[in-house]
Amino acid sequence: MKITKDEVAHVAHLARLEFDVEETEKFTSQLNDILLYMEKLNEADTTGMEPMTHAIAQKNAFREDAVLPSLPIREALSNAPDPKGEFFRVPKVIE
Amino acid sequence: MEYEPVIGLEVHAQMLTYSKIFCGCSTTFGEGPNSQTCPVCQGMPGVLPVLNKKVVEFAMKMSLATSCRINPECVFARKNYFYPDLPKGYQISQYALPLAEFGYVDIELNGGNKRIGITRIHMEEDAGKLVHDEHNPSSYVDLNRTGVPLIEIVSEPDIRSAEEAAAYLRRIHEILVYLEVCDGNMEQGSFRCDANVSLRPRGAEAFGIRAELKNMNSFRNVQRALEYEIKRQQYVLEGGGEVVQETRLWDDTQGVTHSMRGKEEAHDYRYFPDPDLVPIQVSDAWIDEIRRTLPELPLEKRERFLREYGIPAYDAGVLTASRALADYYEAVVKLSGKPKAASNWVMGDILRFLNEDRRDIRDCPISAESLAEMIVLIEDGTISGKIAKEVSEEMYRSGKPPRVVIEEKGLVQITDEGALEKTIETVMAANPAQLEQFRSGKDKVFGFFVGQVMKATQGKANPQLVNDLLKKMLPGT
Repeated sequence: MKITKDEVAHVAHLARLEFDVEETEKFTSQLNDILLYMEKLNEADTTGMEPMTHAIAQKNAFREDAVLPSLPIREALSNAPDPKGEFFRVPKVIE
Repeated sequence: MEYEPVIGLEVHAQMLTYSKIFCGCSTTFGEGPNSQTCPVCQGMPGVLPVLNKKVVEFAMKMSLATSCRINPECVFARKNYFYPDLPKGYQISQYALPLAEFGYVDIELNGGNKRIGITRIHMEEDAGKLVHDEHNPSSYVDLNRTGVPLIEIVSEPDIRSAEEAAAYLRRIHEILVYLEVCDGNMEQGSFRCDANVSLRPRGAEAFGIRAELKNMNSFRNVQRALEYEIKRQQYVLEGGGEVVQETRLWDDTQGVTHSMRGKEEAHDYRYFPDPDLVPIQVSDAWIDEIRRTLPELPLEKRERFLREYGIPAYDAGVLTASRALADYYEAVVKLSGKPKAASNWVMGDILRFLNEDRRDIRDCPISAESLAEMIVLIEDGTISGKIAKEVSEEMYRSGKPPRVVIEEKGLVQITDEGALEKTIETVMAANPAQLEQFRSGKDKVFGFFVGQVMKATQGKANPQLVNDLLKKMLPGT
């Protein structure tokens, strides 16, 4: 096994996903198959190869430090399910 | 058992750019809530962040100023966690491949200098701001700060006391402000600090279990929070207990740290390279180009002031506290040719005026030219040092140059011997009793006569000349 049910439950929790027992088993089995398939990559000889972080070779894509107009507040809040005044409103988070 | 604190600091410094790190929204502080957002910093699906080049340049400046090695290639990573101030569900930061590593700064302590290592400097975006409702179970989110550029400066665990921590922070702050890459404003959150603290038996190699301290928004609070936390951990350990690895918040009003219960602390950020942002390659040529733009740093300036101007170390420290003040002082020296007098005036009257009005040196009504001119006028005897105090006050109030003030107020020093002799005669005639005392050998009365002459001339008489003439004219001397 490449991944355990506990690991799946842990990752689900981190992603704020809720699975029942059946789903957890199903996803564990599916993820296991995927990871086994990924194992194939280990067959490739990567001796002397620098690890890649990106699929394209481009580097240094920059913009200049110039201010552009922001969204009007009404638009900025238009996707908010429960705005209050000029704010997004969310359930209270206790520190 | 004697315990030794081991402290490492993480400083977050806002880079002084006009626009955010990955979009064109303004970074201006204090604008209306959510008035500076766009699809990129709100984390809408399908948008593409593009890196602000200035952020890289500013971060490189700080890296070079702290003797860090800049990596030839660095990469942005996603730090994944959920919190309402983070609309994307991840913060764009750097992890495995940061911009720069292996630096240091030297701090001055009573017992001499100490070198504090810098582990790394990396670039990242700030999160939004949460306002908690006191009466309802709601929090309000303002995303103006989201995407504001930061660098994080991580120190080695080289710091051994709260005082060292404060000295280190002041040094980092001073360098950032000198470089003009950060405004250093702690109240507005442009310069923030978290601390990792643990204790170990003195002489031990291994580190103890650490607590992370947050919410300290001034140098003083960092020092107080660390002092408290060191005592707290010592108490726990001496009682046979164990320090819990946790985040603790400094409570300024109560002067204690509280465990940050409630916020889940899963330090499982699942970092991975951000596919939206291509790697940054820093060539030697680029590093050289940035290096050429570095100003003289505070420590170098301090040493040069000692060497070139022969002023005391304390003065050099005060005068180099900010670049603008140092520039002002140097301009006065250059124009007057009197480094010591310039130091006395800047450190004395000028800073006192400015402190009283909470004004910056850049807004000082007395220009460097005016102050230099006044110093020259004292040197050549046009005005006395005492009159100069009055002149400087008027210069500060009105912004007028010294010659104009002196002329308007009729403050030119009296150096006319004949006129002064007449005044002395009048003073002697008006004070026969003191004259008699003097005659009978009471030397102390000499000072009385000097005072009377100065008073009679409204302080305008040349003091040296008054002395000379009195010696000549008073009987029996």
